[in-house]
Amino acid sequence: MTLPEKDISKNQTITSPDINLEVKQKPESLWRIAFDKFMKNKLAVSGAVVLIIIIGMAIFAPLIAPHSPEEQVLTNRLAPPSAEHPLGTDELGRDTFSRLLYGARVSLTVGFVAVAGIISIGTIVGAVAGYFGGIIDSILMRVVDVIIAFPQIFLLITLIAVLEPSLGTLIVVFALFSWTGTARLVRGEFLTLRTREFVLAARTIGIRKGKIIFSHILPNAIGPIIVTATLQIGYVILAESTLSYLGLGVQPPTPSWGNMLQAAQDFSIMLYAWWYPLFPGLMILITILSFNFVGDGLRDALDPKRKN
Amino acid sequence: MDVNVLSEKENVKSKGPGEDFILEVKNLKKYFPIKDGILQKTVGHVKAVDGLNLNIKKGETFGIVGESGCGKSTAGRTIIRLNKPTEGKILYKGEDITKASENQLRKSIRKDIQMIFQDPFASLNPRKTLGKTLMEPLEAHQLYKNKKERMDRVKELLDVVGLDPSYFTRYPHEFSGGQRQRIGIARALALNPELIIADEAVSALDVSIQSQIINLMKDLQEKFNLTYIFISHDLSVVRHISDRVAVMYLGNLMELADKDSLYSEPLHPYSKALLSAVPVPKKKGEEQRERIVLEGDIPNPANPPKGCVFHTRCPVAMDVCKEVVPTFKEEKPNHYVACHLYN
Ligand SMILES: Nc1ncnc2c1ncn2[C@@H]1O[C@H](COP(=O)(O)OP(=O)(O)OP(=O)(O)O)[C@@H](O)[C@H]1O
Ligand SMILES: [Mg+2]
Repeated sequence: MTLPEKDISKNQTITSPDINLEVKQKPESLWRIAFDKFMKNKLAVSGAVVLIIIIGMAIFAPLIAPHSPEEQVLTNRLAPPSAEHPLGTDELGRDTFSRLLYGARVSLTVGFVAVAGIISIGTIVGAVAGYFGGIIDSILMRVVDVIIAFPQIFLLITLIAVLEPSLGTLIVVFALFSWTGTARLVRGEFLTLRTREFVLAARTIGIRKGKIIFSHILPNAIGPIIVTATLQIGYVILAESTLSYLGLGVQPPTPSWGNMLQAAQDFSIMLYAWWYPLFPGLMILITILSFNFVGDGLRDALDPKRKN
Repeated sequence: MDVNVLSEKENVKSKGPGEDFILEVKNLKKYFPIKDGILQKTVGHVKAVDGLNLNIKKGETFGIVGESGCGKSTAGRTIIRLNKPTEGKILYKGEDITKASENQLRKSIRKDIQMIFQDPFASLNPRKTLGKTLMEPLEAHQLYKNKKERMDRVKELLDVVGLDPSYFTRYPHEFSGGQRQRIGIARALALNPELIIADEAVSALDVSIQSQIINLMKDLQEKFNLTYIFISHDLSVVRHISDRVAVMYLGNLMELADKDSLYSEPLHPYSKALLSAVPVPKKKGEEQRERIVLEGDIPNPANPPKGCVFHTRCPVAMDVCKEVVPTFKEEKPNHYVACHLYN
């Protein structure tokens, strides 16, 4: 009680605008501003909330799941949703809800790990090409062109058919063949940023190339990189589902949303047990939509040109 | 004794070639390739700087004026080796830095020559606090023993350029244009340079702020014995700060003289036209000038005119101008001009 009174008596002569200035003294970082902008975007925030829930469910799957994902009860096949099996059971009498939780682990792991690889390779290649330009740039970009020229999905199918289909193979193949978009994006950012005056200033001061690339330019390109990473996770999860759906992804009995959807692709199942294909399909849809909403929200929030 | 004093004075007055010039630029050229087609073949060159000669004396302010696109920035950036020179020589204190590698530069001009940039909003890294921006040059050259001493140096720098040392943790977007330009100046001063190239350092600022920054630069020059190359398209600003002024057109110098003789009796038709276009405060002895309007645009620097590059717009062009490149010669003491009128 006494403290504020003291303050007021001290600052009596200060007029209100000055007090505002005092308040602003705390440095407002660009991240803070971006966060505030993001929080104003309802769609993006709900996407983020949904993703946090899904990630939480994947992490705590063993605690949440009412059954083991591999526990078969052959007498209770394709059961409709009930108190015991909230989302019904599959063709082997396994609990769909539990399998979805464990499937989320697989799908999200593929998404995050593959995208970590995609972003690392893409950023390094793009940064080197964009900063150094010239012949280095030409060579790297021709490599990118060649990779892009391959029809992606066929490449994935062929490779995985040749290699052993597994979680690790999936991740490596995604990482090795999907970084081209990121590389192009990062290259573009570097091409414009490297001629910006603050980069020239860093050069005239004698800061080393590596430091200029990673400490001056990259932090200013991080916005678009985060955005593309978010969108890529959605893309990879979808691709994993597609491959699993074709039987080339994660192999049963390990559940993934894609192979669950594949197991449900039977006319009679779709007709009599609609809940079985519905829920994995919904999970894929919701997750990818959420990643897209978050990505779009981040794009707006991190772009300094879009005020509010 | 008397003899000594005299000879010293002599030395100061007529600087021997090579010795007292802090920077010599000889026939400097910077061509940017123009690429076209799928194979990105070079189809031509933008001759941004085309045979520039400059000698900068220690302690002076050397102004470079010229219209937009005439190659002023390219000249500055090539001198400080942000660009690779296409041809020519750059000597800093007699040392040839034309082809020096970045590692070699780090030992010489990366400390001694600094630059102040035009755009106060683009010249500071938006992701770095003021403190980080100013600590960086000290860290890069491992000056001072520890962080504490470097921080003291930064606070001292802030004080020198008239900023509150408590701003240390603030980000660029929290500052006004004028304050940012002061930060840019502080950064340029951090390494105790000898030569500072100011490229349109005040052009982006309000007029009232412009004079503050110019005065700050003048104070700093006196305090730290700095040499300036002051690049601007603004003739009155250049007149205010410079000792000597060079007029640039299409990658080359048209005229070079002490400030007073250039502004009171310009020789080159281009200089005359430039000076007639701006309301320059008249000093006594200067006659009222008639406004000379130049016809046409600046020719494309990828394809500069033959002969004198100015002949396409020159009101007094002669036949010889279309064929022969005029030499740059001393028409009056310390007043150089490249024009066939003075032959
Ligand atoms: N990196 C570059 N690549 C290609 N052309 C360039 C490059 N930098 C400058 N130029 C060209 O060189 C010429 C001179 O440009 P420069 O920026 O040096 O002029 P300036 O006198 O500083 O003009 P301003 O007053 O507009 O700053 C222009 O024609 C410009 O288009
Ligand atoms: Mg310029």
